[in-house]
Amino acid sequence: MHRFANPARFLKIARVATPITALLGLALLAAGLGLGLFSSPPDYLQGESVRIMYVHVPTAWFGMGGYLFVALASAAFLVWRHPLADVAARAAAPVGATFTAVCLMTGALWGRPTWGTYWVWDARLTSMLVLLFLYLGYIALANAYDDRERGGRAAAILALVGVVNLPIIKFSVEWWNTLHQPASIRMSGSSIHPEMLQPLLLAALGFQLIFAATVLMRMRTALAGQVIAARAARLAGAHG
Amino acid sequence: MIALVGRELALRFGRWGGVMLPLLFFLLVASLFPFAVGPEPRLLARIAGGIMWVAALLAALMPIDTLFEPDRADGTLDQLAARQVPFEIVATARMISHWLAFGPLLLLTVPVAAALLALPAAAMLPLIVGLAIGTPALAALGTVAAALTTGLRGAGALAGLLVLPLALPVLIFGAGAMGDGPAVAGALKLLGASSLFLVALSPFAAGAALRASLE
Repeated sequence: MHRFANPARFLKIARVATPITALLGLALLAAGLGLGLFSSPPDYLQGESVRIMYVHVPTAWFGMGGYLFVALASAAFLVWRHPLADVAARAAAPVGATFTAVCLMTGALWGRPTWGTYWVWDARLTSMLVLLFLYLGYIALANAYDDRERGGRAAAILALVGVVNLPIIKFSVEWWNTLHQPASIRMSGSSIHPEMLQPLLLAALGFQLIFAATVLMRMRTALAGQVIAARAARLAGAHG
Repeated sequence: MIALVGRELALRFGRWGGVMLPLLFFLLVASLFPFAVGPEPRLLARIAGGIMWVAALLAALMPIDTLFEPDRADGTLDQLAARQVPFEIVATARMISHWLAFGPLLLLTVPVAAALLALPAAAMLPLIVGLAIGTPALAALGTVAAALTTGLRGAGALAGLLVLPLALPVLIFGAGAMGDGPAVAGALKLLGASSLFLVALSPFAAGAALRASLE
């Protein structure tokens, strides 16, 4: 991992990786959503509204996965002080927050016809809302300081404290008696019919690649911004 | 560490406002609700416990600006660092003094607020016990938020954004303890568990944040 902590080497790899992940992600997403929205069968109980699952479930996975990524990058930043880890965590947080927000909104839209309400104060929904607030707190704290390094350190500590929420989300459907259904896809197999499972997994892979591509783009933008700021400071110093 | 706690308590109690302000705030928030939802006693009795938990949570946020920031600004933190006092110890001392200056007095204020809100007598004991168990957790979270935001302008609002989501479990179990039947004991145990967890975790998070603030 330390090999990739060098920003120059990272940029060289990222320049190639960004278009590949972005295009592949879009293609897989188009395939997954196309199959999911048009050719997969409607559910015998939920009817056509089941199709929102092909967006809801992947965004939920990578809303949580994104937070895990932010936390791991934060840990790397606190332990090894790699500036690139800070850049990565900051780049991923808004993307993860967006995924979480999309997950909550699609869930609300699905809940209205199915449960008869947009929102219930259920353990799974509440812990997911807390995840969104943690993302927002992280973003606010990271940008609150004039000194970028300090903001990064403070936000990284917050990200690590917030990790306690991830197992709560994961197991909320088992610990509490919730309205949200328990996991259908487990290590031991899946209780979803293959005709629905295949588009779901395609869409999930597509969402994941798009997540990665967006984070890579944001990281490259942030690094370019740092280069420009350093150059401006140098020029100002030379003329001053 | 005892010296640190003593110093902090002397400072807090030395200024009248430092101790009384959160309590007044607690009473004010509690007395706003009868105006907002109407003074009907049955309705108030039903929501009184929850209101007091929310008011306690907000009152615990009040002193956050004064937990570490004055010590950073006047160099006390640098002095402690130069004497190689571990920041975890500083954070633990601050958490204890924050709770001592706020928790016990809040428990004394609760009966007043309970009278204002027509809290049923049966709910009084679970509320007091719950707050006694839960307020250390609020103090722990406040300490972490204060350490993360030292040196920031407008730290109070940001600290609120950081504390409130993490305080949700405490609020949920605290409110759950005011139901009736066997659920009360379970909720109190879960409240105790989350409180112990937060109290144990926060000195390390706050200590790391303080170290970052001085570099």
